[in-house]
Amino acid sequence: MADRRRISVTINGDTYEREVETRLLLSDFIRHECELTGTHVGCEHGVCGACTILLDGITARSCLMLAVQADGHELLTIEGIAPNEDELHPLQQAFMDNHGLQCGYCTPGMLTTLLEFLRDNPDPTEQEVRIAISGNLCRCTGYQGIVDAALDAAGRLRAEAGA
Amino acid sequence: MGAKAMGARVRRMEDPELLTGRATFTDDIHLPGMLEAAFVRSTEAHARIRGIDKAAAESMPGVFTVVTAADLPPGLRTVRVPFQVPNPAITQPFQQRLLEDEEVCFVGEAIAMVLAETRYQAEDAAAAVEIDYEILPTASDCRDALAEGAGLCHAGSENNLCAEFKLGYGDAAGAFANAEHVFEAALWSHRGAGLAVENRAVVAEPDSLRDVVTLWSATQSPFLVKQNVVDMLDWPSDRLRVIAPEVGGGFGPKTVYYVEEALIPLCAMTFDRPIKWIEDRRENFVATNQERDQYWDMALACDGEGKILAVRGAMIHDTGAYMPWGIISPYISATTVPGPYVVPAYELTTRVALTNKVAVTPVRGAGRPQAVFAMERLLDRAADGLGIDRAEIRRRNFIPADAMPYSFGLIFRDGKPMTYDSGDYPRCQAEALALADYDGFADRRKTAEAAGRHVGIGIANFVEGTGLGPFEGATVRVHANGRITVYTGGGDSGQGHWTTLAQLCAEPLGVDPSDIAVEVGDTGKIANGIGTFASRIAVNAGNSVHLAATSVREKAIKVASHLLEAAEEDLDIEDGRIFVKGVPEVSTTLRDVARAVRGMPGFSLPGGVEPGLESTEYFSPPQAAYCNGTAVVEVEVDPDTGHVEILNYAMAHDSGNLINPFIVDGQVHGACAHGIGNTLLEWMGYDDDAQPVTTNFADYVLPSAPGVPRIDVVHVESPTPNNPLGVKGAGEGGTIPALAAIVAAVEDALSPFGVALDDVPILPGRLAALVADARARAG
Repeated sequence: MADRRRISVTINGDTYEREVETRLLLSDFIRHECELTGTHVGCEHGVCGACTILLDGITARSCLMLAVQADGHELLTIEGIAPNEDELHPLQQAFMDNHGLQCGYCTPGMLTTLLEFLRDNPDPTEQEVRIAISGNLCRCTGYQGIVDAALDAAGRLRAEAGA
Repeated sequence: MGAKAMGARVRRMEDPELLTGRATFTDDIHLPGMLEAAFVRSTEAHARIRGIDKAAAESMPGVFTVVTAADLPPGLRTVRVPFQVPNPAITQPFQQRLLEDEEVCFVGEAIAMVLAETRYQAEDAAAAVEIDYEILPTASDCRDALAEGAGLCHAGSENNLCAEFKLGYGDAAGAFANAEHVFEAALWSHRGAGLAVENRAVVAEPDSLRDVVTLWSATQSPFLVKQNVVDMLDWPSDRLRVIAPEVGGGFGPKTVYYVEEALIPLCAMTFDRPIKWIEDRRENFVATNQERDQYWDMALACDGEGKILAVRGAMIHDTGAYMPWGIISPYISATTVPGPYVVPAYELTTRVALTNKVAVTPVRGAGRPQAVFAMERLLDRAADGLGIDRAEIRRRNFIPADAMPYSFGLIFRDGKPMTYDSGDYPRCQAEALALADYDGFADRRKTAEAAGRHVGIGIANFVEGTGLGPFEGATVRVHANGRITVYTGGGDSGQGHWTTLAQLCAEPLGVDPSDIAVEVGDTGKIANGIGTFASRIAVNAGNSVHLAATSVREKAIKVASHLLEAAEEDLDIEDGRIFVKGVPEVSTTLRDVARAVRGMPGFSLPGGVEPGLESTEYFSPPQAAYCNGTAVVEVEVDPDTGHVEILNYAMAHDSGNLINPFIVDGQVHGACAHGIGNTLLEWMGYDDDAQPVTTNFADYVLPSAPGVPRIDVVHVESPTPNNPLGVKGAGEGGTIPALAAIVAAVEDALSPFGVALDDVPILPGRLAALVADARARAG
């Protein structure tokens, strides 16, 4: 019989207690056990970056972690970025205003990666942005809209912080 | 008229759902009692199956059943994928079975499907299914495959040649016999994959009470999926509804139909359980179609001024083990060669080879990048040989703008004579050269050389038949609550159809695009459809929406003239209100008109109109709309490491009138990035036994943000006269000239070493080796 453990994970402020198989990937736990399907899975070997989430504020590939490793930790996923149902976060708004997404499949990983990056680098250069998202694959945009969105968001977030 | 929506940079209405994680992709669908599927796929490129032992797998925890060909209903055991696009040139149209239990012909071919309570259990059991293979000889490289005595892709067939055709016009032999100059090139474009970040995905939900199945599939073409599933399973067409929900990228491979899309609804009906299958990345590398392996032996005849007299040659196209899409890709290649140039005579022999690899069907560009690579390499050879500037030789050969419409004697893939409808090719190149500051390059090169750096510049032009028929349709419906919905058949995989089609609907109805909902890719919502491929939605669906919305407007005005007792010509529509011009208080609304034409029991409809404030139109284009463009690329190459840095990427693009430049720019950027990947990084490797050797994102490298430069785009707008909106397709143009322009730039940068480049991709290791060889030769 598969080994099972009881875990408790906080995602976007809500606590999820579940008994899971020890081999269950964190990405599958988030998507299929907690039904937060905004986090996407594109390769399951840690390269495409679509499944990137924030674990205690640090980016992590949820396809390269087991759910049991997240026991007791706090996660942020794409569903938890906007301040409320009707409003977008400045980063999300910047993606919309700069055509930073087409199919939207890589978007959850782009947003979480950039949230962390812009928090730590509020005034980045274009090249720094490109390097920051170099571990996230997008086949649609050629990255241009994403890079523009990140730079635009940095400006908006700086303005917000200054206000 | 109301909002001026056509041509506006409208923000995408798709975005909020996608940005907040609320959008529904296929794998986001959870249904009660759902089984999960995992496939047992051939690990051999070519083998006879001596036995399948599934006993151990079937007794494993959570396993519901393991399905092999023997478990299928008798009539479906040997049924093959319908041959979708026949052509008399095809002599051996091999197609795949639902599940194979006799002879597997590529690594990845489906042998068994495990159904279990969880995906984890299904994968455990799939690993426990034992297949006894008798290894057979293989066909791997398509040139070797056509040689005498080659290993056969399909045992028992005569050879690996499955199609051969000759295209051309004019007296090429005569032109070559008398030409002052002949330049030759032997070229190779290698296989790549579409690699949408979302893999393929299928969910089927049976309804035994009503004897119907709903199938969600991550497909570009829900109507083609439906057509093929019902044909293959011999079902009545109303048993199946296919929905393409949010689709995480397509790029061609999700256009065609795959056996999983029939097996899963079939088993869902048989076992009366919903079933989900999500392709994993490795499966995507071995079981989702790919494209681009072609070998070209080409020659160009010209006079002393570089004027083209004729082009001729031969091409070998690798089609993989099966050909569900016939010879569409190589046929498009063959017809793309002359491009924007006056080519008085042309002759190409194409041979299509079967190899033990996953099938070849169109990937973004669809046979055109290879053809443009061939033509543009020839022109570069001629320019270099004659000492003419590479831009100048193209200028001397362009079809002039005043020659439009222009025919030259080829038949395109739509069966119609190739007639370029509109375009200004000289201007397009001039715009791209200006954007790239081509004239300033000589100075930039001098500066670079002084610093010991190697920079180069490359140019490529293309013409692309877009917006192919047969048709796409649209229903525009004003509901009784005043809300407006557009329904169309082609799915969306990132193109922004909601926004674009809402813009087209908004204008005749005098409302804002944000007032309109758009539902795409659902066979339950409109009677007929095709799909999103071949850069065809703007032309086909776009014009259908325009026509349907215009017809709804006319109907609304007619009914309103009865309700308001005013003449139709005195009425106008704005912000959802229909009013008498100059007397805006005499008005009604689209909502009230929609209610009026629902009808009242016992009374006639106002104005004798048909019921419902709605219209369905199917636009069928008379021929392809020919998009064109020019790429000018400047690179720096490190001759020691083979690293290529793109310094400047300029693209002039003419896709006719633009519906939404914001979205078209994004399409061009993404398409260029795809071409950059194809040229510098992406190599789908197979060994001599046709065993794939690059089946993950570490071995097969996609472009990432630091390797893709900012793309500068300038739009030239030459509207086509062949559809009411004057639009052409825009989804693939960026990819098509990329290979040729980048390779030319890299070769130019390495001109001090005399390195000739004839192949793509040019991976760093190979490039460094070529430089090292050239240095050794030079002593």
